[in-house]
Amino acid sequence: MIWSVSAVLVWLVLWALNVRLSRRPKSKVTTLLVPTIFGITVLILWEGIVRGFDVSPVLLPGPAAIASRFAGSLPILWTDFVQTFVKGALSGYVIGCGAAFIIAVAVDRSPFLQRGLLPIGNFVAALPIVGMAPILVMWFGFDWQSKAAVVVVMVFFPMLVNTVEGLKSSDRMQRDLMQTYGASYWQSLVKLRLPASMPFVFNGLKICTTLALIGAIVAEFFGSPIRGMGFRISTEVGRLALDMVWAEITVAALAGSAFYGSVAAVEKLVTFWHPSQRI
Amino acid sequence: MRKSVVPITVVVLAIVLIWYLAAVVLNSAWAYDRAKRADVSLSFPELVSDTWSQEKPRLPVPHQIASEIYKTTVLQRVTSKRSLVWHGWITLSATLLGFALGTGLGVLLAVGIVHSRAMDMSVMPWVIASQTVPILAVAPMVIVVLNAIGISGLLPKAVISMYLSFFPVVVGMVKGFRAPDAMQLDQMRTWNTGRATVFWKLRLPSSMPYLFTSLKIAMAASLVGAIVGELPTGAVAGLGARLLAGSYYGQTIQIWSALISAAALAAVLVALIGLAQTMTLRKMGMLR
Repeated sequence: MIWSVSAVLVWLVLWALNVRLSRRPKSKVTTLLVPTIFGITVLILWEGIVRGFDVSPVLLPGPAAIASRFAGSLPILWTDFVQTFVKGALSGYVIGCGAAFIIAVAVDRSPFLQRGLLPIGNFVAALPIVGMAPILVMWFGFDWQSKAAVVVVMVFFPMLVNTVEGLKSSDRMQRDLMQTYGASYWQSLVKLRLPASMPFVFNGLKICTTLALIGAIVAEFFGSPIRGMGFRISTEVGRLALDMVWAEITVAALAGSAFYGSVAAVEKLVTFWHPSQRI
Repeated sequence: MRKSVVPITVVVLAIVLIWYLAAVVLNSAWAYDRAKRADVSLSFPELVSDTWSQEKPRLPVPHQIASEIYKTTVLQRVTSKRSLVWHGWITLSATLLGFALGTGLGVLLAVGIVHSRAMDMSVMPWVIASQTVPILAVAPMVIVVLNAIGISGLLPKAVISMYLSFFPVVVGMVKGFRAPDAMQLDQMRTWNTGRATVFWKLRLPSSMPYLFTSLKIAMAASLVGAIVGELPTGAVAGLGARLLAGSYYGQTIQIWSALISAAALAAVLVALIGLAQTMTLRKMGMLR
């Protein structure tokens, strides 16, 4: 009882602190501090409830138990990470986004194909593509190749739609200017339309980071070698070793955020001119 | 709109054509293998007709899938476990419940975020961060844990759908509730209106276009959540279960028919929201 009461007390105190902090004028420190404090309070509340109500570790392990399991099984987590993220998700992401980008540039030359492909791409992007996973696992075998294939299929259409959208985003005025310069198709593509499309391209790339990880993990539910994050999650759930599952989810969360963060950092470098990047 | 009918038809036809050709290529190995064992040589028309009518092809052709869907929807009683309508309904009910819960949670969070600065600063970054987490990975655990405390059936799947669908709603509605510009807010202030009135009379109406856009994304995400939520319980019921059972037994036609029905379901649901969107916005005079 003492655990949960004190956890709630800590939560109230830190929330009051957050309310006070957020009343102050916005600065770099507060925008970083406030969410951090909030995250810590959630963890404390979680640990307090788990200990206070004596929740069975089979249902919900506390953050401390998860952290100790995480630290204790680093080698396993690392092999799973390499199998799922580096081999499956990353290679599929590069192939899928690369192919979509090239096809989008090719499609851009033909308004006919654009009008035909865009609605279909938009439609397919809303479909439950993860369902393709069992078929692709059947085609490409259990190892990482099939996971990469699932990722390719998942990221292809969002990326295609965004890139086509981006290539159209330059103004009529700007394109006219290129024409008065006597620029060829390639010159105007490289000097005007590709740079102008970058905010859209990066939007697609960012959406695809999450999709890639989801695709690689879910594809492992349909069969995989005895390593990989999806494999580990489904087998450890079966053994009711939930602390290991949570450790694996932590890895997935860290990998996903780092992946997203690095794409966002590259975006900042490439599209420094865009209004959304100027603060 | 009318201008794009022809291009879309051409692209769809091209896809179907490629599909049939790919089926010949992908299924030919098995056809040749069988012919070799039977000691006959296949002519090209025979090869084509064989690859388009195998029982467990690597890639079933559209008409095989269509006939399978016809067999499992029209020719079966709706209550039968073989009926795709029955499986589809199970997935649909989880999707709709999860969608309703996710939308409710999302709108509530958005209201809180718009009205409380502390909540905005502390919750919003985590809402965004929560989406970089591959949440579908958690699905098996949610199902098993909820099963262990005696909740099974519809609700666990709906919880996963809810988690996937609340995010687009939060982000869209925060944007929507903040859509009124300073001039309109000032106008409300000159009338000395309270926060509640500002919300009901200004913020809520002006958020409608954002609401429907995010509802469409949320619905698609919710369906994915329901399908994935059906995987870890084993192949019991629902479209996800059909996928899993099909992949266990190599029933490719069954997988594809489940996949196509899921796609059709998603298309219908999103189209319904689109219809509601046009009707509401037209009534409100927001449709140009």
